[in-house]
Amino acid sequence: MTPVATPFFFYFLSAIALLSGLAVITQKNPVHSALALIMTLLSLAGLYLMLYAPFVAGVQIILYAGGIMVLFLFVIMLVSIEKSSREYQFNHQWHVAALATAVLGGLLIYVYVRGRGIFPNREAVLPETLNTQQVSLHLFNDYLLPFEIASLLLLVAIVGAVVMAKKRI
Amino acid sequence: MTVPLSYYLVLSAILFSLGVLAFVVKRNIITVFMSIELMLNAVNLSFVSFAAHWHRLSGQIFVFFVMVVAAAEAAVGLAIIIAVFRTRETLNIDRVNLLKL
Repeated sequence: MTPVATPFFFYFLSAIALLSGLAVITQKNPVHSALALIMTLLSLAGLYLMLYAPFVAGVQIILYAGGIMVLFLFVIMLVSIEKSSREYQFNHQWHVAALATAVLGGLLIYVYVRGRGIFPNREAVLPETLNTQQVSLHLFNDYLLPFEIASLLLLVAIVGAVVMAKKRI
Repeated sequence: MTVPLSYYLVLSAILFSLGVLAFVVKRNIITVFMSIELMLNAVNLSFVSFAAHWHRLSGQIFVFFVMVVAAAEAAVGLAIIIAVFRTRETLNIDRVNLLKL
């Protein structure tokens, strides 16, 4: 069986992710930024498939591209964006910000490239047909308490969102 | 021939830096929120790549918890954006300089 993780797909998907990540910054209209972010999320889902995590890829598409980004688009349509999309998009200290971000990214890349000897090379391959089953076994045995805490956190977030967004309760 | 782990980590670092840049530089509060999602996704990518290369599923489990936190944060944050826009009539983050609504 040929591996799915061919370098061509990696470069293709990462080029899409980087270009649409740049478009998130450079687009004036927030709707265009949201669509570019959806492209980034979908290409990251493809990268998860290449990393033998099909369940994470499915959840990424359903929850991020289908849930959170739809929420973003709803809010963009609720608020009026005409005035803000005509304004200048970047604030005054963008030179310093770009320099600091370049230093941060360069530091991370330097660490990853210099330290690549300690990372393992992949030899065996996780059986991808069992991925969902293994994830569920881990999630409901070892990580049961964090799972319940996460459900409680979602409940608190729902109540908080309603309290914040409503004018009068 | 497979792609080595450090390539995924470098891609994740670049995406994280793009998110940081957008977070610091942009003026529109909705785009600032999107850049937070971009940073969380970059971290998720490094989690999944470490999980694949060390043959442990714990990294993939952590991705689910990061997604839960991202969903909660997006819901509350967008509600705050709606409340701020209702009282101030602006999305410019430089003009929202008081915690008072």
